[in-house]
Amino acid sequence: MAKIKVISERKDGVFFLILSGIFLWVYSGPNPNLHTTFGIKLQKEWSIIDSFKVDSIGFAKNLTLIAILISILLITPVLKRKIHRKILDYLLSVITLMAFISWAAKGQFIPLTGLLQGSLLLAVPLIFGSMAGVISERSGVINIAIEGQLLAGAFVAGVVASLTKNPLFGLALAPFAGALIGFLLAVFAVKYQIDQVVLGFVLNVLVIGLTNFLYKKLLIPYQNTWNNGGTLKNIKIPILGDLPLIGPILFDQNLIVYLMYIGIFWLNYALFKTRWGLRTIAVGEHPAAADTVGIDVNRIRFRNVILAGAVAGLGGAFFTVGAVGAFGKEMTAGKGFIALAALIFGKWSPIGALFACLLFGFADNLQGVLSIVGTSIPSSFMLMVPYVATIIAVTGFVGRVRAPAADGVPYRRGGS
Amino acid sequence: MKKFRELLALAKLPALSFLLAFSVGGVLIAFSDLNLLKGSGNPFMFIINGIRESLNAYLALFQGSIFDVNQVKDNFIQGFYPLSETLVVATPLILTGLSVTLAFRSGLFNIGAQGQFIVGATLTSFLGFKYEFPAILHVLICLISSFVLAGIFGGLVGFLKARTGAHEVIVTIMLNYVALYFLFWLLSTKTFLREGRLDPISPPINESAKLPLLFGKDFRISIGILISLLIAYLISVLLNRTTYGFKFRAVGLNSNAAKTAGISSLMVMTMVMAVCGGLAGLGGSLNILGGEYALTTGVAGSFGFDAITVALLGRAKPVGTVFAAFLFAMLRAGSRTMQARTQTPIDIVLVIQALIILFVAAPALVKAVFRTKSVRESETIQAKGWNG
Repeated sequence: MAKIKVISERKDGVFFLILSGIFLWVYSGPNPNLHTTFGIKLQKEWSIIDSFKVDSIGFAKNLTLIAILISILLITPVLKRKIHRKILDYLLSVITLMAFISWAAKGQFIPLTGLLQGSLLLAVPLIFGSMAGVISERSGVINIAIEGQLLAGAFVAGVVASLTKNPLFGLALAPFAGALIGFLLAVFAVKYQIDQVVLGFVLNVLVIGLTNFLYKKLLIPYQNTWNNGGTLKNIKIPILGDLPLIGPILFDQNLIVYLMYIGIFWLNYALFKTRWGLRTIAVGEHPAAADTVGIDVNRIRFRNVILAGAVAGLGGAFFTVGAVGAFGKEMTAGKGFIALAALIFGKWSPIGALFACLLFGFADNLQGVLSIVGTSIPSSFMLMVPYVATIIAVTGFVGRVRAPAADGVPYRRGGS
Repeated sequence: MKKFRELLALAKLPALSFLLAFSVGGVLIAFSDLNLLKGSGNPFMFIINGIRESLNAYLALFQGSIFDVNQVKDNFIQGFYPLSETLVVATPLILTGLSVTLAFRSGLFNIGAQGQFIVGATLTSFLGFKYEFPAILHVLICLISSFVLAGIFGGLVGFLKARTGAHEVIVTIMLNYVALYFLFWLLSTKTFLREGRLDPISPPINESAKLPLLFGKDFRISIGILISLLIAYLISVLLNRTTYGFKFRAVGLNSNAAKTAGISSLMVMTMVMAVCGGLAGLGGSLNILGGEYALTTGVAGSFGFDAITVALLGRAKPVGTVFAAFLFAMLRAGSRTMQARTQTPIDIVLVIQALIILFVAAPALVKAVFRTKSVRESETIQAKGWNG
């Protein structure tokens, strides 16, 4: 048994070895002797250097060679501690990405800080969405309706901000919109015990239909009163906001992003350390056992699904009051499904999902930046990254992902 | 007679759900009209005006989908132009609906019809504009090859599920996006982009690949609808009269029992998803050959997603699916006329669709509203988890 475990844990090394091999082959094409410049300084934060310049192809090749060495290290049984392996995994990802950027943007300037800042902003709604997924699915209710909850939050935040002339009110009411969708999900999934995938799907259609309808009927004709919300202002945290690299990325953002930090810390602590969290996990893994010790399974699920809706609704507010101000038709554009992918890719854990969201946000933004500077890689393929990564993850190629045991199975006392 | 009564009993829940969904839609139409809200002085007048306005919208919906007096100029038949449009929409929708239906019957949930549809449509348009064959042969080549390619695309999902346990819902959602972005890319390449165009659209397919029209040039309806109906019949036979169908259903009803009885779930899941993928791909193919004639990024519209609502409303039975596809095609086709004539956004159709499915799925709700007890519940779609 122990042996099998070691082999399955070495899959990541094999995976990165194959990946690096392919990349090395790609990079060893003709070398046009171009240079890539990485910009570090964005605004007025402290920094030692403004930018650095490297030989595009050589840098990519060298980094890939380092990546191959680390992959081999991961395959050999030298490292015993799990944490060490994890750190190397993350390091490998960063190295592989840097090599790829250096190669893809040959002869160009890449604003590294700006790239990361944009990635975080693109990841914000994903992170809220996947947190909603964690809360709901860990208690045993599949949440495909994340997309709808985000959209409902975006719509209500935009409209309320516009009607009250205050983005803060919009932000405050957005969670209620998401929670309403969560409530519908809870009623039909927990009370009427309908298939949750079907249900989530239908709720998405419902929200898309409703917001499109109201958008055309009210928001376009009466744009000044109904869809003129404005955005929240950025709040720069003193000192922290002036740190090089991380300052502008993390500490010069609007209220929603700071709420997100709190949310991540709270969820990661509460899920594994508080009574609520442990009960949630128990209900999601083995509802009958939880019931036996006196936990009201369906009540916990009901509450969690509504809470999840509220969290996703808050994240939806980012689309309107957090970013562009006005509401646009179907402006979530499948972000809810990427959040779902991130949740699965992150193995239903808050931190795993967080990193998956950041990765997907990064892929999205990199695609945007590279298409501006001009590259040979079609942007469509970069946009595919989250989806292909998720398929690879669920098929068990890189470590097995397992959903909470009772996820999606309605609970009825005395068996079903 | 007994069979007819049986059918009537089965149709009661969908019918009541329709009624309820359209009522809610009417309320939405009335309340979203600010002029109506301000214009009618008292609540009573508002209710009257609201009912009038929503009935007007639904009348336009009917005129846009079945028969329109305004279209009649010199021939009564011209009034049926909207019906032809409905059938054009119904043609691919029947096939994608069947794709989801077949999966449901085997305990699988095919959300991937959208992606499979794109695969079929893409291959068909490529074969359509790139090559010249004799007329009937060309159509057959297009249909069969898109069935096969989309079948492989779908079968992969079943294979992955049986082999690795990867849930088909997750994989198909992801594959939908992969197919869509692949289509975006294709339509930016030289091979697929129509000469002289900047917007993503392929060259038109050759005349030899176009499906013959059923009622002359005035109506867009082609023999595609007959192909769809034929395939619906074949799927019904496959499910109910063949050993494959029996195996498919056995796995759907109780996969453990099926395994004990010696039915290989790997074989069944791969086969089922392959046929499902092929059906959806065929839908995409017919959509190109019998209506669109060129590939665009929006070629799949929402055929793959509507398919899910179609299958659910059709209660996962081929006959039901055909009726449901026709009903939703009516909504789709009619909504354009409704938007043009009464300024009611077409998206009300999405709301109505979603509500119908919610009501059909939760018979308890419909029973409570109509205070009736004799409503036959749907038994084919059970709740299953990610690990199931």
